[in-house]
Amino acid sequence: MPPAPPGPDEARTMTLEAFADTILPGEKRHPDDPAIAGVSEGGGAVAAGAVELLEHPSGGFADSLGSLMFMLNMHAGQYASENALQLDPALPAFVALPYEHRAALVTRLTATGHAEKAMWVGLAMFATMAFDAAAHLSTTDALAAGHPGLTLMGYAAPEPDGVWRFAQFSYGRQLAKPHPNTTATGSPA
Amino acid sequence: MSSERTESTDVVVIGSGFGGAIAAYHLAAGGARVVVLERGPWLTADEFDHDFLLGKSFTRVFDFTVGDGMSVLSGNCVGGGSVVYFATMPRAPEFTFERRGSTGKRMWPASITRAALDPWYDRVSQALPVTRQSWDKIPYSGGLWAAACDHAGRTANAAPSAVDVSMCTNCNWMYAGCKFDAKRSLLLNYLPGALEHGAEIRPLHEVQQLTRNDDGGYRVHYRVVDEEDYRVLHDSGEIDAKIVILAAGTAATPVILQRSEATLGPMPYAVGRYFSGNGERLNTVLFDEDKIRDVLGLTRADGVPYEAYQIGRGPVVACWDKLDGGLPEFERYSLEQLYFPPGLGTILAQVPGEPSPSWFGVAKKEMMRTWKSWLTIFTMSEDDNEGVFGPPPETGAATRFSQQMLGHNSLQYKPTANTRRGWELSDADVKDIVERDGLGRSAPWTNDLVGAYTVHPLASCRIGDDPETSALDDRHELRGHPGIFVTDGSAVPGALTVNPALTISALAERAMSGIVQAARERGVAVRYVGGLPTGVRTSQKPVSISA
Repeated sequence: MPPAPPGPDEARTMTLEAFADTILPGEKRHPDDPAIAGVSEGGGAVAAGAVELLEHPSGGFADSLGSLMFMLNMHAGQYASENALQLDPALPAFVALPYEHRAALVTRLTATGHAEKAMWVGLAMFATMAFDAAAHLSTTDALAAGHPGLTLMGYAAPEPDGVWRFAQFSYGRQLAKPHPNTTATGSPA
Repeated sequence: MSSERTESTDVVVIGSGFGGAIAAYHLAAGGARVVVLERGPWLTADEFDHDFLLGKSFTRVFDFTVGDGMSVLSGNCVGGGSVVYFATMPRAPEFTFERRGSTGKRMWPASITRAALDPWYDRVSQALPVTRQSWDKIPYSGGLWAAACDHAGRTANAAPSAVDVSMCTNCNWMYAGCKFDAKRSLLLNYLPGALEHGAEIRPLHEVQQLTRNDDGGYRVHYRVVDEEDYRVLHDSGEIDAKIVILAAGTAATPVILQRSEATLGPMPYAVGRYFSGNGERLNTVLFDEDKIRDVLGLTRADGVPYEAYQIGRGPVVACWDKLDGGLPEFERYSLEQLYFPPGLGTILAQVPGEPSPSWFGVAKKEMMRTWKSWLTIFTMSEDDNEGVFGPPPETGAATRFSQQMLGHNSLQYKPTANTRRGWELSDADVKDIVERDGLGRSAPWTNDLVGAYTVHPLASCRIGDDPETSALDDRHELRGHPGIFVTDGSAVPGALTVNPALTISALAERAMSGIVQAARERGVAVRYVGGLPTGVRTSQKPVSISA
């Protein structure tokens, strides 16, 4: 018996995950993970918490995610028709697209002149922020928990009091000649 | 929504950044009754967080507003830009004051040259203070940029700074407010000086519009902003003042005036026009750690060549080779090394060598694996003052999207061929410097998502001699509206090719004796003392506010 198609909430979340995974991709959480395309090793935007960040009440997107994902799947269905792609009917249309087609559709939706560009760029910005800043979590907690984005970037941990200080910070010597017209105040003439 | 009573004072200052704080200090010190209305919250060092979590100081004190073709980063707190900026404080080069732009007329008033402004630069430099930086305290990222410039036969300068390096931990969190009070923001000099002389600062008070009173003074109409959700406005109120200092910031000052036009009457043509993004442009460089060691001869004490993008205090070293008055206008720029923190700009970084779009996808993620070896190079060039503000939103300077920080403004910016030429030249110059001998690879940030990007908005309500192309006379008074003065970045006529905060401040200092005189003519018991604030070590709020 084929698996039951996802309910509206599950479909919304899968679609959101697929969008975030297109921006900064990651590895599948399990072999049958349709939302994540699995084109990159290690965690991507989804593992970094893109859905949690987009659903954060202070972000501004939470109330419109349902309609945005409905629109995204509508665009995906149209894109599939234009490109004669057969999509798995058990999946939301965007989720059913292979990665290269998800990326092509995101390129189209975020292109200059697209009527909905601002919304899709905003979603992509939040997906990136989940990965590079973990903005839905305390940064100290995120680092302690091995947040995939901050960890991949090599973002240094704070001192034990949760504050960043770098005792070693300088090569300690002059490494270029100053501009000959520098004034006595250190400014350009 | 009307208030039960209208307050009255001598001077209302709108905004508490450089332009507002300097005005508040001098007017209060001279004896005027001064009320400062600031749309953002009032935070001090103990409230500045090292945390990217939404709702922490990073999002409370910053505004990021997206327009059509230009996005603007600006301060949103008591102290304004001085709290969030990187405190790099060079003076503008002499040639910028002679710029003509595309209008064919000198953009600056004839009375202002670099030499004429130098005494005012001196004053601000003393008050904050601004100091020269020594190479032995330059962070790795600045050292790397200097070494790369030197390798390419270029010069590089340690730029003057308003950071007290003896107190700095090089944490690179200063855009969220400096929790060590090492950054000499306005919370440590002009604002406590104004408070000492009786000025009152009201945070979370967003001015919406001005109306004129029968006595020739002005009524300032504000709304109280919710302290957590800035989309929510509470009570309204009004304050009558004999003169008004508008210093709400380049992205807000013209909007307040636009909204006031219905009651004040026509605004000068230049209100909301001639906006400049300071010609700003960013390139991300991915350095090869081995080449840093083998070609540049750099290693840290722990043996690592660099891997230090995170360490430091923003931009500290700049290449000024193209700040040459002999070069054609629009081909002059500085190249400054920069740290751009996670959370806002990373999405715009493109992958060197990858076909567009490369701001997302597999290659972008792989690029982020090398984040510790990044360096951002910041171009400040000469744009064409091509920004124009559209109709104002219902309230505020932008339509807020998130509870804090993110919103959309009405700014339209279509870069001209002149502006694009400067950017292309600087992109090529960065590449020439950093790609020699395989040191690294560079790519500019994309302008395709949120337009161009500025942290130094300027010129939307500018001074000048020509009434057709300037909103203010050379005393910073709004043409046709006596008693309204503008002293923030919007008054600067155009791009400066360097960080503008010291120039904004020097212009405000220069304007003060004239503004005091105007206040006296309007019956305010005030004199121009000409002193400077003493300065304090610790940022504090009056007890009545923090209680």
